[in-house]
Formats: sequence, C-alpha cells, structure tokens
Amino acid sequence: MARHVAVIRFPGTNCEFDVVEAVTAEGATAEIVFHDATSLGAADAVVVAGGFAHGDYLRPGAIARFSPVMEAVAAFAADGGPVVGICNGFQVLTEAHLLPGALQKNAGLKFRCGMVDLRVDSSDSVLTSGAAEGQLLRIPINHFEGNYTCSPGTLAELRDQDRVVLRYVDNPNGSVDDIAGICNEGRNVVGLMPHPERAISELLGSDDGRVLLRSFLAA
Amino acid sequence: MTFDAVVEVRLRPGIADPQGATIERALPALGFDGVGGVQVGKSIRFTVEAADEAAARSLVDDLCHRFLTNPVIEDSVVTLTAAAVA
Repeated sequence: MARHVAVIRFPGTNCEFDVVEAVTAEGATAEIVFHDATSLGAADAVVVAGGFAHGDYLRPGAIARFSPVMEAVAAFAADGGPVVGICNGFQVLTEAHLLPGALQKNAGLKFRCGMVDLRVDSSDSVLTSGAAEGQLLRIPINHFEGNYTCSPGTLAELRDQDRVVLRYVDNPNGSVDDIAGICNEGRNVVGLMPHPERAISELLGSDDGRVLLRSFLAA
Repeated sequence: MTFDAVVEVRLRPGIADPQGATIERALPALGFDGVGGVQVGKSIRFTVEAADEAAARSLVDDLCHRFLTNPVIEDSVVTLTAAAVA
C-alpha cells in the first residue's frame, strides 16, 4: 500500500505541509502539486488541503475551482481515484461539483477553532473504511465557513445512500443534520471540515485522525 | 456596445443569513425600531462589451450561474444599462 499522495496547493493554502507530514508518518510518500499543474504525475491518491485558496475571495473555493489542476483532480476522481478535501479543500470540492451542497458561514458568525467529537456514521468510503460505524473520534476544527447546507432533495439522497460519513456529536457550526463529512456516489471522494492531519499524535491532543488517514492510504 | 452591469448576489429564500440576523438583532440597541427583514448580500459591478442588450444579458447570466453565485445557496439580480458614450 505504498501510496504516493498529491497534496494540492493553491495560492493561500496553508495546511499542505501538515498533510505531507501526516501521510508520510503513515508510510506514504507525498508531493505538493501547485494549482497550475495540469497533471498529478505518479500520484495514486489526492488530498486537497485546507487554507484560504485565493484568499477565499468571492466565496471559498470559487476561484480555486477554475485552476488547471482541478481538471486533473476531476479526471482522477472520475476514474475512481481516492480524493479527500479537508476544510477549505471540502469547500473547493463542492464548488467544483465533485461533492454536492455548499459550505456557508457558521451559524452565529463564530470562527470555530478547537477539538470536536465526531461520530463515524458510514465506514463505506475511502476515508472511513478502517473505522467502525458509531466510533467516536476527537479531531480539531478550524473554520468560519463550515456550515454544510444543501437542498432537501440532496439531503434525502445523502441519507438514503448512506453518504454522510461523519457527523458532529455537538454541532459547532449549524450544519444541516450535524454533517461534518460526506462522500460522492462512488464513495471515492470525501470532503470534511475537521482536520485529521492535525490529530496524529497524543502530543497534539489526539491521534484519532490516523484511522482516517490509514483508511485513505489503504483505499 | 458597452454596458454597465450590476449583479446583486443574494442568499436564496430559506437559506440562513447569519449576518443579516446579527445586524437585525443589533438594531434596537442603536435605537432603530421598526426595521426588519435584514438581508446581507453583495454587489459586483463591471462593464460588458456585447452586440446588444440581449447578448450582454446572456453573457452575464452565464457568468452569474457559473462563477459569481453558488446556485446551491445564492441567486442574483442583474441590472444592465448602456454605458454613457464618452
């Protein structure tokens, strides 16, 4: 399972080195791929890292979506390749229509930063396959626009198809149905607001992110 | 022809507007009674070169749908006026 991970960086991305560190610690190799790249090279997994791509101007992810690299990511996803978008990366994936719905400003207009409890509600995705359904994970969040929103029709579809993979135990941002992370129909593209790459050691307060990263690297 | 375009981006009905709600809650403390229904959006202004107004509107509508708004949560109102000839 020696994965080679492409970690996507836009101008304003700031979590790419954390992701490289975290996946490397799990035995994978990784390289940072810039927004203007047209190929993902030899990568067999993709992480769209967090931050503030293009300053979050207009809307988070709205400009990043048109980057050349996103065409390569869309093609990779369409071929079934594992893709995870973390935080701003989740916002980019929704804007790119690789995942449904949108992420709005948090209810109460609070920037939320801290450790939260998540519940694994589906282990049928590239990010959660190694976790048990019902398992609780302590993973930090760090966002202002993490309030997941979608149409009632989309929500019904996500529930019916068991595509809500992670829910907040105590909703920090007002997201519909306590959604913290979802997957696409193929279950190979996952977006989540929490940062598993920041929960890889007890020294950081939790190593619960490792079960997600290990699932992803084994996908 | 050159047209001045104003795109008003608004949250769709039923989408929570935490900024509008926060402003509305602050109004009584400032002595502004009787103000309600506060909604916060954004306006984007630019010029468009097009053969006629219909062509300009078609271009701006496409721009709104694909880039300036996220149709999941937002819609837009476009105002076009022929720019004054210098």
